[in-house]
This record gives sequence, structure tokens and C-alpha cells, in this order.
Amino acid sequence: MLEVKDLRISFRTEHGRVRAVDGVSFDVAQSEILGVVGESGSGKTISLMAVMGLINDPNAVIEGSIKLRGRELIGLSQRQMRGLRGREIAMIFQDPMTAMTPVYTIGWQIAEQIRAHEKIGRRAAFARAVDLLAEVNIPNPKEAIHRYPHQLSGGMRQRAVIAMALSCHPALLIADEPTTALDVTVQAQILDLIRKLRRDHKSAVVFITHDMGVIAEMADRVMVMYSGRIVERGTKAEILLEPRHPYTKALLDSIPPLEGEKPKRLRSIPGSPPSLFDLPKGCSFAPRCPWRFERCAEKPALEGGKHAAACFLKAAS
Amino acid sequence: MLLALIRRFGQMIFVMFGISILVFLIFFATPGADPASRIAGRNASPETIEAVRKSFGFDQPIWVQYYIMMKKLFITQDLTSFVNRGWKVIPAVIDTIPVTLSLVIGAAVLWVIFGMLFGILAAATRGSIIDKLLIAFGLVGCAMPVYWLGEVMNLFSQSRYHDTWLFSWVPPLGYKPLSEDPEGWFLTLIIPWITLAILYIGLYGRVLRANLIEAMQEDYIRTARAKGLSETRVLLRHALRTSLISFVTLFGLDFGALVGGAALLTEVVFGLQGVGKLTYDALQNLDLPVIMTTVIYASFFVVLANALVDVVYILLDPRVRSA
Repeated sequence: MLEVKDLRISFRTEHGRVRAVDGVSFDVAQSEILGVVGESGSGKTISLMAVMGLINDPNAVIEGSIKLRGRELIGLSQRQMRGLRGREIAMIFQDPMTAMTPVYTIGWQIAEQIRAHEKIGRRAAFARAVDLLAEVNIPNPKEAIHRYPHQLSGGMRQRAVIAMALSCHPALLIADEPTTALDVTVQAQILDLIRKLRRDHKSAVVFITHDMGVIAEMADRVMVMYSGRIVERGTKAEILLEPRHPYTKALLDSIPPLEGEKPKRLRSIPGSPPSLFDLPKGCSFAPRCPWRFERCAEKPALEGGKHAAACFLKAAS
Repeated sequence: MLLALIRRFGQMIFVMFGISILVFLIFFATPGADPASRIAGRNASPETIEAVRKSFGFDQPIWVQYYIMMKKLFITQDLTSFVNRGWKVIPAVIDTIPVTLSLVIGAAVLWVIFGMLFGILAAATRGSIIDKLLIAFGLVGCAMPVYWLGEVMNLFSQSRYHDTWLFSWVPPLGYKPLSEDPEGWFLTLIIPWITLAILYIGLYGRVLRANLIEAMQEDYIRTARAKGLSETRVLLRHALRTSLISFVTLFGLDFGALVGGAALLTEVVFGLQGVGKLTYDALQNLDLPVIMTTVIYASFFVVLANALVDVVYILLDPRVRSA
């Protein structure tokens, strides 16, 4: 469905080029959920903004290949990209409070997207909006389409945003931390909803999060990103149960255990992610890594087939 | 929504009532001065002062004075100027209103249309040469005082180049009523409109540009782009509507003030007998009843304009409706 090969994104700045994403490759199949984990600034959001063609910064340089159903997206004109956005690829953003234009009803906003891509009348578009709202379990959808975003709760708003994203049956759905801003109970409902939609629409889903708990709930396969590169990828079980990269291990260690004795202090990763202006020459996690050794001064490649990690440790051990 | 409208207009009436009391007190209950002799004017005979005292009820309690004053203003409308003997004030003010309204409404149409075009164009081409030129022109427009620009316009259109093809259509200064001579009304007002509007076009364009650029950073703009909408639609349907709020606020304040007499300089330069000119003349010979009437009229207009702005808010932004 989606194939990304050697994606590199950099920005021209006063202090020279800054590389935000460095050689990222991944693919997602139909009805598969790919979880993308990493902390802020790891390049997860910007990689997928590139897939959407939503990087408008004139100083951005995007290289590599992004193929959707075999069609190359890099190099498409704005007009061609617009035809794909919202129809083939849809995106759900983090904060449902600000994701919809405050001055239009949600029905109007959903109908607007449908009518941007299909030749369909106003009434028919609104009728579709009602069906979509029903599908995402918004109670009383016939009235709900006349509501303004500020009249809905956070969970309902995120449902409306999801309904809008699904309005043209996209082949690929990108969800950028869609539950981060919600209450825990509402989070679970939204996750259920996304899983159900994946089943019904057979869409591929890329799920961006920094929450390993959400990954355990949702993902089929996982890729872990750190400072613009993929450090580990594999199936959910491989990543959660036998992590190979020290960064993945550290992320998992920072979750409190459900059973057994609780640690006095939660483990955290010492230090902070390196500045993109000043990346270490070798492995970018090396300065924070408890197992670093001489070879870490070189750049490790992502190796190991299906379950791959960019680390020299496994080779040494 | 209807309730919000009714409430807003109720507030408006209440504020107007308060203003009438305040203005009355300032003019007639200021300690240390006899209002009767002030109304009668300089060098008035004792008989005139006595007549004023009787006619305005200055020998009676203050609420009776207020009542008489309001009756003279709004009900019998026979408030008389003593400086200009026997001159009825209310008809005089009412006569000037169409002049000022013609001037200000025409200018407002120009500055709203061109201010919006300016703001949208500058925001859409942000950072480019077009944007920078627009900002520079806007700044020049804001910096030219109306009395200077008006006189320059007159110099060109009335004298220097009046006989060339460019300005031969310009009629002599003065106001022609719309009902009698629509074409003359339009032609005499074109240059005053442009003169008055130029200042505001620059100002409004810059405000709108700044608001649009801010709105374009919002999350919902990213969503709108992700929906696959065209950049024009994102700008005009999603960013513009939320950006218009401060534009409308500014418009209400300026429009109210201008109709209330702040267009004085333009009126004087172009020989238009408007409210501003009337107030100015009344101030020159301390014609108290006229000054008070125009002050009340002006403040009422500011209040009315603000109420209308709030109505436009309600239309623009659904979040205000329930509040």
C-alpha cells in the first residue's frame, strides 16, 4: 500500500542544513496498523507530513521515494497532491479541540471534504456526513451535523474528526497521537473505533504515538525512531517482548509494571535527545546509552531482516 | 441567537440613557457656571438670560431640568439656539446627517473592499515583493493627513488640472442631495470618499494581513489542507472568517466616530456641511444647545455602531451565540 524508501528531509537554515529525517524506509500493507514510536523531535510526525505532502516550508528539502499503491508521490504537483489528500490519504491530528474550524458546523466541514473530491450535491454530501457520524458512534447524528465544534466534548470532536478523515474511504489513514489529548476512558473508545474502522474499510493505518501502552493495544508492526532515524523495527511482540536496541529497552523500562513490586522510582533515560544541529558522528543514542563501546563511534546500519535494530551490540554479543 | 440580539439592543438603550444623563450633567450641572448665561451667549441682555432660565427650567429641580431638556431634544424638538437667534437646533442637525452619512458610508465601502483586498493579497503573498509594496503603500496612506491630502486633491482636481481630461468631470466643492441630483451627489463625493478612505485602507489592510497570517498557523488550517482543499479555499473560507473579528471591531469604532463628527477635517476641506462642520461652527461661537445636541447624537452613533458590531460578531462566530 505505502512504501517509503530512504526518505531524507532537511531544512536550510542560517546555520547550514539541518537533517530532520535521515534515510527512513518503511512500508504498510492493507488493513495493517504500523505503530511509530519516538519522543518529540524524533522525526515521526514530519516523516508522515511528508507522506501527506504537507511540508510547506520553502526551505525544506525532501529526498527519497514515497509510493502509494505504486504511484510515486515525491515530485507530484501541489494540485495532484491535493487530489490525493483527504481522498487516498487522510490524517487525524493530535488535538481535537483545535482541529476543526470553529465557525462552521461539523456537518458542513465533513460535506466540504466530500465535495472537494467527488461530484456530489449538497444534500447527498450532508446525508453521507450523517452516515459517517453514525458510523463513529456519535449519538443522534442527524442533529449532530448541525453542531459547531465547540458544542461537542473532546471525545465527540475526535470522533467527528475521524468521521471526516474517513469520508472518502482513504486507503491510508495517518493518526498522529489521536488520543494524547483525551481522557483515558475516551482514549480506549477511540482506539476501539480506529481498530473497527481498519477492519471495515481495510485501510492501512500509520499510528504515531509516544505511548508504548497504545502500541501494545493497536499495532501489528512497530518502528521506533530516534533523532531522525529508525533504530528498531519488528512485529509488536518482537519489539515489546525482546527489544534489541537499548533505546527501545529504555522506553519499555520507563513504563511502570502492572504486577509485582513497583519500583521506588520509575526508570528514565538519562540526558536528552541530541540537538539536530549537533548530531553525534556515530550512533546518535550513544551519549545516553549505558552499553556504549568503541564501535558506537561509527554509524550503525539497520540490520537483521524482519526484526531489525540499528545497534552494534547484537553483532558483538 | 434572537435572545442574544434582544439583550444586546436592550443594553444599547440602557447605555444611551446613561449617556444622556452624563452629557446633561456636564453641560448644565457643572458647578460654578450659570448655564442660562452660557446658553444665552456672550453679551446677552438680562432679559434674554431670564427667558433662557425660564424656558429651560433652571429655576426648578435638576430632574425637571433633565426632563425639559430631553423633551426639547426628542419629543417637541424645539430646542432653540440663542446665539443664532431663534435657530431651531434639531432640524439643523438633521439636515447635516445625510451629508455626513453620504461621506462616511461611501468612504467605508471603499475602505472595507480595498482594505480586505489589500489584507488578503498581502497575506497570500507574504514575504514577496507584492506584500512589501502593499505594506509600503499602506504606510504612506496612513501617514498622509486628511487635510493635506484633501487640499492636494483639490489643488489638482479643482484648479491645476481641472481643465484637462483627467479632472474636467469634477464638479465644484459642496454637497448635492442624493434625492435631487444623484449624479451630482456621486460626482462631488468621489474625491472626498477616496481621500477619507486612503487612511483606513492601509490601516485595515495591515490589521487583516496580521490576523490572517496568525490564523494560517492554526491547527484547523492544517486540517483544512489535509482535507485536500485548495490553498485559496483554505485562505478565504477557513482563515478569513476567523480573522475578520478584529477587522469588524475596528470598523465599528471608526465608523461610529466618523459619523459622530470625526470626519470634520474632510468636511471642512471639501466644503461639506456635515455634522463635524456643524459642531466645529458651534464650538467657534459657543452655541451650547447645538454642541450638546451633536455630542448626544455622536455618542448615540458610537453606541449604535458598537451594537451593530456585536450583531456581526454573532453572525461571524457561533461561539458568541450561546454566551
